[in-house]
Amino acid sequence: MIEFFTLSDPNVRMVTLGSMLLGASAAIVGTFTFVRKRALIGDAIAHSVLPGVCLAFMISGDKHPLILLAGAVVAGWISLLTIDGVVNVSKLKTDTAIGAVLSVFFGLGILLLTAIQQSGNANQAGLDKFLFGKAASMTEQDVWIFGLVAVVLVVVIALFLRPFLHLAFDRDFSRTRGYPVRALEFLLSTITVLAVAVGIQAVGVVLMAALLITPAAAARYWTDRFVVMLLLSAGFGLLAGYVGAGVSYAAPSMPTGPWIVMLLTLVALVSVGFAPKRGIFARYQLQRQNSRKMLAENILKAFYKMDRKKSAPYDAHTEAELQATRGFRREELRKGLNRLRRRNLVEKAGSKSWQITELGMKESRRVVRLHRLWEVYLNRRLQHAPDHVHNSAEAIEHVLTPEIEAELLRELGKPQTDPHESPIPYEQNGNH
Amino acid sequence: MNCSIEVHNLTVAYQRKPVLWDIDFALPQGKLIGILGPNGSGKTTLLKSIMGLVKLSSGHVKIFDQSLDEVRHRISYVPQRESVDWDFPISVREVVEMGRYRKGHLLRRLSREDRQIAADALEKVGMSNFASRQISQLSGGQQQRVFVARALAQQADLYLMDEPFAGVDAASEEAILTLLKEMQAKGKTVLIVHHDLQTVNQVFDNLVLLNTRLVAEGPVEKVFTQENLRAAYGGKLNILSRVADLVGNREFPVREARDPEKP
Repeated sequence: MIEFFTLSDPNVRMVTLGSMLLGASAAIVGTFTFVRKRALIGDAIAHSVLPGVCLAFMISGDKHPLILLAGAVVAGWISLLTIDGVVNVSKLKTDTAIGAVLSVFFGLGILLLTAIQQSGNANQAGLDKFLFGKAASMTEQDVWIFGLVAVVLVVVIALFLRPFLHLAFDRDFSRTRGYPVRALEFLLSTITVLAVAVGIQAVGVVLMAALLITPAAAARYWTDRFVVMLLLSAGFGLLAGYVGAGVSYAAPSMPTGPWIVMLLTLVALVSVGFAPKRGIFARYQLQRQNSRKMLAENILKAFYKMDRKKSAPYDAHTEAELQATRGFRREELRKGLNRLRRRNLVEKAGSKSWQITELGMKESRRVVRLHRLWEVYLNRRLQHAPDHVHNSAEAIEHVLTPEIEAELLRELGKPQTDPHESPIPYEQNGNH
Repeated sequence: MNCSIEVHNLTVAYQRKPVLWDIDFALPQGKLIGILGPNGSGKTTLLKSIMGLVKLSSGHVKIFDQSLDEVRHRISYVPQRESVDWDFPISVREVVEMGRYRKGHLLRRLSREDRQIAADALEKVGMSNFASRQISQLSGGQQQRVFVARALAQQADLYLMDEPFAGVDAASEEAILTLLKEMQAKGKTVLIVHHDLQTVNQVFDNLVLLNTRLVAEGPVEKVFTQENLRAAYGGKLNILSRVADLVGNREFPVREARDPEKP
């Protein structure tokens, strides 16, 4: 294993370097494919390059990687043009055209591959690696070519980053500014085809779409900035290439390509689950925070409701009384009360009885005020009948921000009572 | 000639069905001009034809008496808000700075002056505090203001705007309206696709009334007549059918059990 990490074995070095280059190239180009919502097109190109590779071999009789690459690029391009052609000429939708072109080209590729394998050409061994990829057989020559392609991709993208981004975001606007939109799209398609054509040598045509799209999809979860997303995506590609090569080194029977794809999938799953803000866990936490806030505010409201004179000293209430006022579950109520006590909004009055503090009363007045203001708003502005506004206000009182409260007051002119004639509690100091 | 846009014999067809048919008009400069017509009457297509975004079946468009390519830098286009993905990973500032990139300058970095112009445009629409926000965090009205700021950053003489008031809150409507008046005072020409008949009189100097064919064109007081509107909107302006649609689509009750305003 030490040998792997130090990359002292030249063969290991080649495979690792090659895998990383391919992973990064595909991830960078794939970021554009992703934001242009063209994931399926990437899949179609990947499947369509197979007949190109076979034909290039049949015509030249040579397996030189540059020749095969040229065949792949040409075939990938023809598939793109065919998709556009089918959409323009027929009334078929793009997804149908993509599906049709993908399977027809792939079928043709398999046909040619079979013909080559049965032709008895001694040179053909290894062509089938384009199907499922065979990173472990990478040669130094391959790696040089991958490196060259990667450099070309990075240079093109560094040069055209802004125009590409603008094109992806708002194509019509870019056209009105006189951008050479067709040329830019041609360039973008070409680098996509190029990345796919080299990438299939690691993971094969079947898994190629994953190499293209997964890193970008994962990166999107972590950032809202395109450049950061591009770098992150490239980083994921590099990492998956590196670890994938490592796995197949440690366990020689393990195929590199599928491992790269599995690792990328793992990165994507972690991103979907745990990315800040967008991830499932972050959203779950937010929901939990919300339900705690709702519980706390509902308990304070229960105190408010039971208090007769609404001024200090406030009445003490048992947990049973609180539960009777509003159907809290006992455990939930106790946790909520303890959290309120830590915020100095309530305090213990006895072993099982509680008392609201001055601060807590102020907070409960705020919640009641929002509730009643919302009821007035629904009643006056949206003509909801007074007996229809309570349930909505029960939910919305927890949502309203101070800014919206100020706006409500401005619009409603500080009403004194809600539609049920209950007084709306304002603070004395003139804040509200 | 003192003419901003001249459209001659313009026909545009989608799948052979004419969307615009033999349109002919010449619009003045320095005015706020509204394009009005029912849904599907070709308003957006007319803007796109002027901007060279759709293929013309016949006819031509001249802007400031020249072809589009010659005066492109003097024209600015605000597409419909729904035409882009607002979840796109791009910030408000980056969108507005798009207005400073142009043909022949694509690969150049923006100058300090360009950035300042973009910042000023954001300031004008009251969105400076949002410059670093990702665009999905904006409300509909704020998104529209960002689009208007991008157009302002282009420092054009002619502005084409597709429904800048659609789905916009009161504050944003106010901000955009003030800007329009300001632009007009500076002699700019603004052509706006509009759908709200209520506000026509307050906003526009001139109108283009459209229903696949040109119904009328000229100053508001001459064009905005019951007769012309009936010709443009046909039976669709029938109030009864509109109210019936509202009741059906919005699930309002046909009869109210009681009147909440009365005790």
